[in-house]
Amino acid sequence: MGKVVVVTSGKGGVGKTTSTAALGAAIAQTGKKVALIDFDVGLRNLDLIMGAERRVVFDLINVTQGTAKLSQALIRDKRVETLFLLPASQTRDKDALTEDGVASVIGKLREKFDYVFCDSPAGIERGAQLAMRFADEAVIVTNPEVSSVRDSDRIIGLLDSKTAKAEKGESVAKHILVTRFDAARAARGEMLSIADVLEILSTPLLGIIPENQGVLRASNVGAPVTLSEPTNAAARAYVEAAKRLGGESSLPVAVPLMEKRGFFDRLLGRRAAA
Amino acid sequence: MNLLDFFKRRGSAPVARERLQVLLAYERKNRDQPDLVAILREEIMAVIAKHVKIDQEQVQIAMDRGERMSTLEIDIQIPNLGAVATAAKDAAAAKDVAVAKDAAVAKGAAVAKDAA
Repeated sequence: MGKVVVVTSGKGGVGKTTSTAALGAAIAQTGKKVALIDFDVGLRNLDLIMGAERRVVFDLINVTQGTAKLSQALIRDKRVETLFLLPASQTRDKDALTEDGVASVIGKLREKFDYVFCDSPAGIERGAQLAMRFADEAVIVTNPEVSSVRDSDRIIGLLDSKTAKAEKGESVAKHILVTRFDAARAARGEMLSIADVLEILSTPLLGIIPENQGVLRASNVGAPVTLSEPTNAAARAYVEAAKRLGGESSLPVAVPLMEKRGFFDRLLGRRAAA
Repeated sequence: MNLLDFFKRRGSAPVARERLQVLLAYERKNRDQPDLVAILREEIMAVIAKHVKIDQEQVQIAMDRGERMSTLEIDIQIPNLGAVATAAKDAAAAKDVAVAKDAAVAKGAAVAKDAA
């Protein structure tokens, strides 16, 4: 039986979709079968980040409503053959997604895959609640910034009350993934520190992804950063976070250091690339 | 990043721009219209289903949308005539059955039970 992991945050734009793609691809590269589901009905983007936007035929709602088989709707990644995407519908109404439908799709995916990642929409409404509903674990994507931390706290509350596990008296294993971490700004005290974030949310840390230009480049070309630029600092941080999610929980989390800037970069006022 | 990469790199923004242009051109055009690819898919499947029993599990559909041209690939496994019955089981489709039957007989194949 595969593990169902929801990638959520409450706040938009913190890196849920990027993180879903990067973590999913990193795990799939180890040979595990991974399915990524986009729950953002009407505003899908995981297909674009994965570079599969031209190949979408069916979507999650087609499967829940029975107009397509699950096997037809899953899009196999062209780079990693154990990685699959189930896109969200772009045209349907959000209400087309039902709890029974989601339960059935996740139930089937759980049998066939080692990991099922649910990329949650922003907010705390129905879509976000359905994305977390059947999760075993949750990756809460947080930026070191006040509104993101506050929204993460709200999401943690929902994970502890509105999930199937919570209703059975069990608990969803929660992990904080800090993204867009800028070491220089944290050092100058302009950004919440990792310690601050963890203390406020009192939830264990899965990883720290440094703010990095490689992430934007990866989304430009439509590839998870862990596949397109594996040596990049953000990609390495994602690979390590993926290992912790896969059970290597003792792997220490390194707080990113300030990036070294070369002479020319300083001269041109540019930040280091890698 | 070495020196060579530095000179080679033209940035990924042009790739992003092109991908978005293709995608948005398609989405804008289709926003208030029925999805042409979906219609084609359903009608092609219906035509084939008229003659052959289609096992939904055995249908693979792939698509690749391009700027000027898109490809829709429908891969349907059609059982050999004679080995499996045709789709038409009900009386309303009796005419089709007859055609299929004749074809099978002409080929010297055994007519499947369902057709009778």
